[in-house]
Amino acid sequence: MQAKIETNENTISKGNALKHLLGKMDVRAYTMVAAVILIWLLFGMLNDTFLTARNLSNLFTQMSVTAILAIGMVLVIVSGHIDLSVGSLVGLTGGVAAIMSNWMGMPTSAVILGTLIVGLLLGMLQGWLVAYQAIPAFIVTLGGMMAFRGALMGITKSTTISISDPSFALLGNAYFAKGFGLIMAAIAIAFLIYSMWTNRKSRQKYGFEIPSFSLDIGKLVFFSLLIIVFVLVMNSYKGIPFPIIFVILLAILFTFLAKKTRFGRHVYAIGGNVDAARLSGINIRWKTMMVFVLSGLLASIAALVLTSRLSSATITAGQMYELDAIAACVIGGTSLIGGSGTIVGAIIGALVMTSLDNGMSLMGLESFWQYVAKGTILVFAVWLDITSRRKKAGK
Amino acid sequence: MYALEMIEITKEFPGVKALDRVSFKVKKGEIHALCGENGAGKSTLMKVLSGLYPAGTYQGEIQIDGEKKEFHQIMDAEKAGIAIIHQELALVKEMTVGENIFLGAEPIKRGVIQWDELYHQAAGWLKKVGLKVSPETKIGTLGIGQQQLVEIAKALSKNTKILILDEPTAALTESEVEILMGLLHQLRNNGVSCIYISHKMPEVFRLADSITILRDGRTIATLDSKEADDDKVVSLMVGRELTERYPRVKHTPLETVLEVRNYSVSHKDIPGKRVIKDINLTLRKGEILGIAGLMGAGRTELAMSLFGAYEGKAEGEVLIDGKPVQIRSVQEAIQAGLALVTEDRKRLGLVLGMDIKTNTTMAALEKVTKWGTIHTNEEIKWGQKYVDDLRTKTPSLETTVGTLSGGNQQKVVLGKWLMADPKILILDEPTRGIDVGAKYEIYHLMNKLVERGVAIIMISSELPEVLGMSDRILVMRDGTFVKEIEWREATQENIMLAATGGI
Ligand SMILES: Nc1ncnc2c1ncn2[C@@H]1O[C@H](COP(=O)(O)OP(=O)(O)OP(=O)(O)O)[C@@H](O)[C@H]1O
Ligand SMILES: [Mg+2]
Repeated sequence: MQAKIETNENTISKGNALKHLLGKMDVRAYTMVAAVILIWLLFGMLNDTFLTARNLSNLFTQMSVTAILAIGMVLVIVSGHIDLSVGSLVGLTGGVAAIMSNWMGMPTSAVILGTLIVGLLLGMLQGWLVAYQAIPAFIVTLGGMMAFRGALMGITKSTTISISDPSFALLGNAYFAKGFGLIMAAIAIAFLIYSMWTNRKSRQKYGFEIPSFSLDIGKLVFFSLLIIVFVLVMNSYKGIPFPIIFVILLAILFTFLAKKTRFGRHVYAIGGNVDAARLSGINIRWKTMMVFVLSGLLASIAALVLTSRLSSATITAGQMYELDAIAACVIGGTSLIGGSGTIVGAIIGALVMTSLDNGMSLMGLESFWQYVAKGTILVFAVWLDITSRRKKAGK
Repeated sequence: MYALEMIEITKEFPGVKALDRVSFKVKKGEIHALCGENGAGKSTLMKVLSGLYPAGTYQGEIQIDGEKKEFHQIMDAEKAGIAIIHQELALVKEMTVGENIFLGAEPIKRGVIQWDELYHQAAGWLKKVGLKVSPETKIGTLGIGQQQLVEIAKALSKNTKILILDEPTAALTESEVEILMGLLHQLRNNGVSCIYISHKMPEVFRLADSITILRDGRTIATLDSKEADDDKVVSLMVGRELTERYPRVKHTPLETVLEVRNYSVSHKDIPGKRVIKDINLTLRKGEILGIAGLMGAGRTELAMSLFGAYEGKAEGEVLIDGKPVQIRSVQEAIQAGLALVTEDRKRLGLVLGMDIKTNTTMAALEKVTKWGTIHTNEEIKWGQKYVDDLRTKTPSLETTVGTLSGGNQQKVVLGKWLMADPKILILDEPTRGIDVGAKYEIYHLMNKLVERGVAIIMISSELPEVLGMSDRILVMRDGTFVKEIEWREATQENIMLAATGGI
C-alpha cells in the first residue's frame, strides 16, 4: 500500500488554501445577495420611491410571512417531501386567531398560544399521515390545502373578521424603538466577533488549519456593515418592524437546528438517502412527522403576523402562499430531490420574490406582468443554478 | 495494430489529479485487464473512454483503429463500438429485461415501438449470453448475477467492438463467474476486445491476455499475462512487496455474546415463504465467524433481520450476553451493541451527497454532540481518525462521498460503524471492490477489533477470504445452516460442496 494518506492538512498546498477557504464559504449565498442588490438598484433607478427607507421597511414587513413559511418549507423539502397546505393553514389558523380574539374576547397571549397549538396539531396530523401511514406528502398536503380552506370558510361563516384588540394588532404593525435597534445591532456584532474568536480558538486547540486572519476580519467587517446599514435605514423610518425580528430569530433558531443538532442532521440524511439513514439507526418516521409539525407551527406563526398586520382574517388569506414559499426555497438553492438546502438561502429567496412584487407594484405594472415576471425569474434562477453546478462538476 | 489507443490522458477533479498522462493500448480481440488500487483511476479512465466525461474535460487523445476520435457524449462512444458496464449496475428495476436491453434503441416502425420484434431480438441476445429467463421478466426480480448478464446482452446488442467491464464479478457467485468467463472467451474469439477491471487476481490471470497496471493515476506497466505472476502484479499495484494476504493471528474466544435460537424469518413480499428456516447460532466474544454460501442462500436476510432492518417477520429467540432481547428496529439493534456493514454501500450504506465526516458520524452522532449541539471540530477529529486508520484516499474530509472511488466509499462505511463501537460487528461482503492492500488493512483491523473483544460475523462470497480469516465457518444453503467447519478443517472444496448441496 502506498503510504500516502492524504489528510486534510497536507493536501492543501499554500496556493490552494485561499481557494479552498473561499470554496468553503457559501459562495451561493453571496451571489444571491448580489442578485438582490442588483434587483434593488434596478428598481431604484426605475422608480424614485423604491429605495426610500419607508418602502424598504415596508418590503421587509411584506417579506416576513413568505420568509417564515419558507423556513419550514426548507426542512420539508430537504427531508424529501413537500407541503402544499401551508397557505391554507395560514388562512385557517389566522381565522382561528381572529375568532379567539374577537368573537371570544380572549387576551392576546391566549390567542397566540391557541393558534400555535392548532397549527402544531394540524401539522402533526399531516405528518402522521405521511410518516406513519405512508401516504405521499403531495397527496396529504394537497388534501390539507383544500380541507383547511374549507374549514376556514366554515368556522368564519365566510365572513371577514376584523381584529379589535389593539395589543394583538401590535404583533404585525409595531416597530422597535430606535435605541433598541442599535442595542440589538451591537449585540449581534458582538456575537459575530465572539463566535469567530471561539471558532478560531477551538480549531487551534484541535490543531486544524485556521482561516487566515484577514479573511475572517473581512467577513466580519462585511457582516457588521450589513447589520449597521440595515438598522440605520430602518431607524431612519420608524425603527425595525416587529415581524422582521421574528424572521431573524426564527432564521437563527432553525439554522442552528438544521446545522448543529442531531435532528437537523438526520433530516438531511433522510432526504439524502432514506435507506442509508434507516440503516444508520435514524428514526425516520418520527423525524419526518416532526418536520411537518414544525412546518405547521411556522405556518401558524406566519398566520399571527399576517392577521395582525392586516388587522383582519379573510377567507382568502394565505392563498397561494405555499407556492411563494416553495419558490423562495428553490431560488435559495434547496434541491427538490431532497437532501440539500439552507435556511439563509430560502430567506434570501423570499427577499427576491418580495422585492419583485414590491418593485413591480410601485412601478404600476399590471398584475399579469407581475405573474409572468415572477414565473420567469423562478425558472431562470433554477436554470442558472443547475448550469453553474454542472460546470463545476464537469471540470 | 491496436483497436484502442489512449494517449497521455490527464483528468483533473477539484483537488485531485485522477489521471496523469496515462497511456493505455488494447489490441484487437484481446482481453486486457486493468489493475490498480482503489482510487488509482481505473473507473475514471473508462469513463473518459466511454464518453461519460466528454472531450474537452480532459487532455489527451483517443484513437480507435488508428483513427483519432472525440466523444462528446456517450452516444458518440457507442457509435464507435464502445460499451461499458459500470461498477454499479445501471438497469431500470421497474422495466422488463427486453425493455432494458433496448432502452434508447427500441425498434420502431413509424414511431411505434415494435414490441414483438423487441422481445424476439432480446430473446436472441439472452441466448447468446446464456441467460435462461424470459425477456418479459422484470429486472427487479433477477439476481445480481443475472442482471450483470443482462447488462452484457445490452452492450452486445449495440454492435460492440470494445467491451468494458468495471468489476463485473464483484457481486457474482462462483457459478455465475464461470458463465461470464466462458462468455468473454467466446467474445474474444469473435474479435471483440474486452477491458476487464477487477481486484480478483486469480480471475485476472485466468482471463486476461495483457495486464495494465495503474497507480496514483499513472500507468506503471503493461505486461503480458503469461510473463507476469500474481505477486508481481500486486507489488506493482501497491508499490512494494506484499507477502501475506491473510494475516491470521490466534484468537482466544471468550464467553458467548450472541445466541440465536430457532430463528425463522418470513419473506418480506411472499407471505408464507420463509427465507431463514429455524436456525441456531452462537457467537463468542473475540472470534470471527465466517458465513459462506451461494448468493441468495439467505445470508444477507439473516444479517438484516438480526439488525432489525428486514421487513419480513422474525420468530425465535435472540440472546445477547445471555439476556433475551427484542430487536424491532435499527435503533434497538445499535443500542444492543450491533453494527451491520451492508453489502450495497451506495444504496444502503452512504448518503452520497454528504461529505466524509458527516457520513462517518451518522450512526454515532451522540459522540460529537454536547448540550444537543453538534461539535464540528469533534466531528472533523473523528472523521480524520477513520480516514487515517483505514487509509481512505480522499482530497479532504469535506469531499462528498459520491465522488470517491468504490473502494474508498467502502472504507467510509466501515469507519461509520467502527465509530459506533459495537460489541457485535456483522460484515456483509466487507471487502467487495476493495484492492489487495486495503483488504489486508481491513483484515488487520478485524484482528485488532477481535483482540479488543469484539465478536465479528463475516458474510463473504470470496472463499479465500472466509478461509483465511474465520475461526469457524458456517455454510448456509436455502435459509438453513448445513454445515459448521473449524477453520483448520475447511477447504474450498468442502465449503462449496456443502453450499451447493453435495455434502
Ligand atoms: N466526480 C469526481 N469528483 C472528484 N473526484 C473524483 C471524481 N471521480 C473520481 N474522483 C477521484 O479520482 C480518483 C480515481 O477514482 P476512480 O474511481 O477512477 O478509482 P478506481 O481506480 O476505479 O478505484 P476503485 O477500485 O476503488 O473503484 C479518486 O481519488 C477519486 O476520489
Ligand atoms: Mg472503480
